[in-house]
Amino acid sequence: MLFTKHKVQLVLRTPAWAVLLAIMFLATASRADDHNPYAGDAKAAKAGEFEFRINCALCHGLGAHGGGRGPDLTRAQKKHAHSDAELFQVISNGIPGTVMPANGTNGQGVGMTDEEIWQIITYIRRQEVKAPARPMGDVAHGKALFYGDANCSLCHMVEGKGGRVGPELTAVGGSRTREAIIDSVRNPSRRLAWGLTESTKEFPQEYETVTVVTADGKQIKGVALNEDNFTVQLMDTSEQIYLLEKEKLRSFQKSRESMMPRYNPDILSDKDLNDLVAYLTSVGTK
Amino acid sequence: MRVREIFAALSTICLGCSLFNSAANAQVTFERLLNSEKEPQNWLTYSGDYTGRRFSPLDQINLANAHALTAKWVYQTGATGKLETTPLVVDGILYATAQDDRAFALDARTGRPIWMYQHQLPGDIRPCCGRVNRGLAILDDKVFLGTLDGHVIALDTKTGAVIWDIVAADYRTGYSFTVAPLAVKNLVVIGVSGGEYGVRGFIDAYDAATGARKWRFYTVPGPGEPGHETWEGDSWKIGGAPAWNTGTYDSGTNQILWPTGNPSPSNRGEGRAGDNLYSNSLLALNPDTGKMNWYFQFTKHDEHDWDATQVPVMIDSGGKHLIAQANRNGFFYVIDRATGKLISANAYGKITWSDTKDAEGRPIANKEASPTLEGHTVCPGALGTTNFMAPAFDPQTSLFYVTARDQCDIFSTAPQPYEAGHAYYGSAYFPSEEAEPYRGFLKAMDPVTGEIKWKFEHTSPTWSGVLATAGGLVFTGDAEGNFIALDAASGKPLWHFQMGGAVYAAPMAFAVDGKQYVAIAAGSALYAFGLPEK
Repeated sequence: MLFTKHKVQLVLRTPAWAVLLAIMFLATASRADDHNPYAGDAKAAKAGEFEFRINCALCHGLGAHGGGRGPDLTRAQKKHAHSDAELFQVISNGIPGTVMPANGTNGQGVGMTDEEIWQIITYIRRQEVKAPARPMGDVAHGKALFYGDANCSLCHMVEGKGGRVGPELTAVGGSRTREAIIDSVRNPSRRLAWGLTESTKEFPQEYETVTVVTADGKQIKGVALNEDNFTVQLMDTSEQIYLLEKEKLRSFQKSRESMMPRYNPDILSDKDLNDLVAYLTSVGTK
Repeated sequence: MRVREIFAALSTICLGCSLFNSAANAQVTFERLLNSEKEPQNWLTYSGDYTGRRFSPLDQINLANAHALTAKWVYQTGATGKLETTPLVVDGILYATAQDDRAFALDARTGRPIWMYQHQLPGDIRPCCGRVNRGLAILDDKVFLGTLDGHVIALDTKTGAVIWDIVAADYRTGYSFTVAPLAVKNLVVIGVSGGEYGVRGFIDAYDAATGARKWRFYTVPGPGEPGHETWEGDSWKIGGAPAWNTGTYDSGTNQILWPTGNPSPSNRGEGRAGDNLYSNSLLALNPDTGKMNWYFQFTKHDEHDWDATQVPVMIDSGGKHLIAQANRNGFFYVIDRATGKLISANAYGKITWSDTKDAEGRPIANKEASPTLEGHTVCPGALGTTNFMAPAFDPQTSLFYVTARDQCDIFSTAPQPYEAGHAYYGSAYFPSEEAEPYRGFLKAMDPVTGEIKWKFEHTSPTWSGVLATAGGLVFTGDAEGNFIALDAASGKPLWHFQMGGAVYAAPMAFAVDGKQYVAIAAGSALYAFGLPEK
């Protein structure tokens, strides 16, 4: 009550022209954040390209085509940002709950100025134009395959349904490139979930295959949920969790040969895989 | 009458106090720093003593009882981000730092705070690699802190009150301090950070009593100075060569031995043709004058961000006075510390950048190791075979212990104009496409032959430093939060404790009331371990 009264008095005592000026200033400031001053400027796009290489390409790949960690930004449809203003916010402040850090001058790292962030947005927009249009697969058929004949859901969960042994895939269509997803299906062992920190996890899980023999002679094979120098936490294909101390095991073997089978074209045709990717993309970019 | 009685009583109490606590109130003179081996219970510099070897002569905790180690206390700093501090301990009081330029003093037996200090940082500081600090220096009745906004501050050891506070450099152009300073004679010696911003690096010496600057050594020579010709055009003005890790002091030759970091921009050599002295070098400076006696450049014209800022370690072997460094570029260098002459350079990790050595025996870069616009793979990667994590040398085993990483990166250039205070890498690097995961080790090396005597492989690469002790042990931390004691001779792990946070700091040891402790920072806290009470 007291505070409200005080505020009212302040406003009343402030001359009208000053209030008007303040409102005008606020309006200008917010507008500056909404519009890219360099939109379509080729020189700014070039500066943005080098800024992108330095600050963004580690996760989003050279050319913004996506990397092991960050989404393909050449896709016009993005999960977290559509307008320039939204892109600006995401680059500047990061995305909570994901590995996307705050990159503005208030962030933890080297920090980019507003000008540099706009240059990067100009570059990303240019890359979007360049990105080839791709034929979209059949989402409904992809979903049917995921939960049916392709057996994906035995190990993978999407939107709360499916198995637990493999990575949860709800967001994968928005965070990995189409090529990365296809590669993971065709050659699951070529690159495990290496370097990936899932948004819901505090630590990176790589889904390495671990085979142990316990002191009483029992063999357990599963994926590593976590591991340190002295312990390992495993899940086997029946989704049983094992918490083990390495020194008490009779043997411990770790392999980067994925427990996921290879889906060769004779098992899953290119057309079906395209539909599967369409399904994951439709969910992941919602 | 009554007043006299009270006075007499107070005197008695104070006398008791001073008897009980006399050591805690003694000043840390330069003499004490020079003769630190006479007080093994204390840890007086970042690396423990002037040699840089991070070796504790304490042996109460040893091979026979390490398995029984137990946590004694935990101090929560209340800060977030990486905690890289190495505490100092003097006569029962522990002094350390934390993120955002916090400093504090604790009862070293209990972890209970005596005072806390936090420097007021401006909102727009731009430290490259976290809001970190690696520790304090102590001299007389002051501890010394370098800050992220370019200040050097002297704090009173008893209260944490600011005695003096000077501005060494303008943080808005990219300068900062993260290093633990080194007190030598009556000076506080400190090196600047900012190799990612195109600063002109320097090492400063301040009068410990007043904060007056006694000398500054620019690690990039100006016009007319020797070495200036190793820079193209005006590139020297933004040449980098920061000095962000703590050096050593050799009283035998009266030299400060201080390492320097990468030239700027870190991964693009175009525009700074030449060797780029004194980037990625070890400098021998006279503390009385700030003049250089000699230098040794590890990586000439660096294009891979391989700062040579690793702690140099003084080793005396076979009548020779040596200084050794496990360098970020993957080679272990041994140098004569009187002359700066290279004695040997041996790879201690996975390297692809050098197949040949020059006439002096220094590894030189293959032409094809240079980054290109398209990018190509070079080992080690930008993080290096090792980095800022402190190594240790154990005179009992004669082994050098270092945290090492096998990782390759794709290096690509990214032409970029210099703008004051803006990140200035000129480069981008990525994890290589190899399916091989990164591997991390603790390696034990014979410093004379370079032979790896044993290695302990971590689950993933760690940023922890190493401590060796006279108890036949080495201590290190891992990225998964374990603090580990190993047999210094064999590398066999003997004990571990899960601290719940990754380690970015190096361990140290001290003793109070005849009881030995080992301390290390992990997560957001400082931990002290000791043997169980009988």
